[in-house]
Amino acid sequence: MTPRYTPTAIALHWLIAFGILASFSLGLYMTDLSLSPTKLKLYSWHKWAGVTLFALIVFRLGWRLTHPAPALPDTMSPVLRRAANAAHWLLYGLMIAIPVSGWLMSSAKGFQTVWFGLVPLPDLLAKDAALGDTLKDVHEFLNFTLLGLVAIHSAAALKHHFIDRDTVLTRMLPRALKS
Amino acid sequence: MRTTSLTRLTLTAALALGLTGTAHAVEYGTLDTAASKVGFRYSQMGVTLDGEFKQFSAELHFDPARPEAASTTFNVPLAGIDTGSPEGNDEVKAKTWFDTATHPVARFVSSTVKPLGGNRFEVAGQLSIKGKTRPVSFPVTYTPGTPTASFDGMLPLQRGDFAIGEGEWSAFDIVANKVEVVFHLVAKPLAQ
Repeated sequence: MTPRYTPTAIALHWLIAFGILASFSLGLYMTDLSLSPTKLKLYSWHKWAGVTLFALIVFRLGWRLTHPAPALPDTMSPVLRRAANAAHWLLYGLMIAIPVSGWLMSSAKGFQTVWFGLVPLPDLLAKDAALGDTLKDVHEFLNFTLLGLVAIHSAAALKHHFIDRDTVLTRMLPRALKS
Repeated sequence: MRTTSLTRLTLTAALALGLTGTAHAVEYGTLDTAASKVGFRYSQMGVTLDGEFKQFSAELHFDPARPEAASTTFNVPLAGIDTGSPEGNDEVKAKTWFDTATHPVARFVSSTVKPLGGNRFEVAGQLSIKGKTRPVSFPVTYTPGTPTASFDGMLPLQRGDFAIGEGEWSAFDIVANKVEVVFHLVAKPLAQ
């Protein structure tokens, strides 16, 4: 049997993937709305999703560090393997940096983040409009970098499956989906 | 040693006497707007936010010897409202919020001042915002000082009572009904 990711790693991968897709789309949509109760609600949901994803990602990073990923196939060149490794750590870095930048932006703009309206996160920055605008640019830049990297990540997974015909994609699929 | 303590005692006594003397003579009557602050605290999706009224003026009379005779008419031009974000500042001037074009000023006119013991007083009066007038009362703490005295307090109000936030904003699930006006007022003695 070819080595697979652990069921926990697989569950976290897909849960976080869909969470990121949802909150990314929400973030893109909500910023262009004019001020309304709906806009305030969507901003809060986006922040709640961000805090939730951050917690899941921290857990996932801990899991990854204690449960090594299955080795990449021997058919891959050493350069490609190193590139794949670097891309994965960059993905982790971005998944940590993006919610943190959002949290800091919210602080700098003077809006405390209160998870589900119940758990207040500390404001790490004092209110500063100019810094808030800079952090907005940072948050956006990191997100579009992530979008690009996710596109490469997905294309690579599909190439492994349909062109190289190896198990790199299937070992991250839930067992039920395995053909 | 003994002389030093004696001098200190005399000084303290003189100071105490002097202060009591001024307290009876001074009547506060001018608001030091630069040193005063009128803010408000509101809540949006469970998040507490601070705003500020950047402009205000007042007529006030406060004689520490006769606090129950104190009175004030407090005006807040709503063009100077700062909700904490530029987007919010534009929004609250609209018809659904303060409708500042029709009702540019919020006003509080005191009617009675009741001593609560110590330096605390219960101030009652009429609050007018957006063409609606409601009776309100709130505690105020007086801090004597020379040459200025200060008054601190919080006036809780329900934005729904004044139709602040109509239409899509009239439900209180996003922006809460409760708003707390928090003030720190510094008063100078009447010009003599």
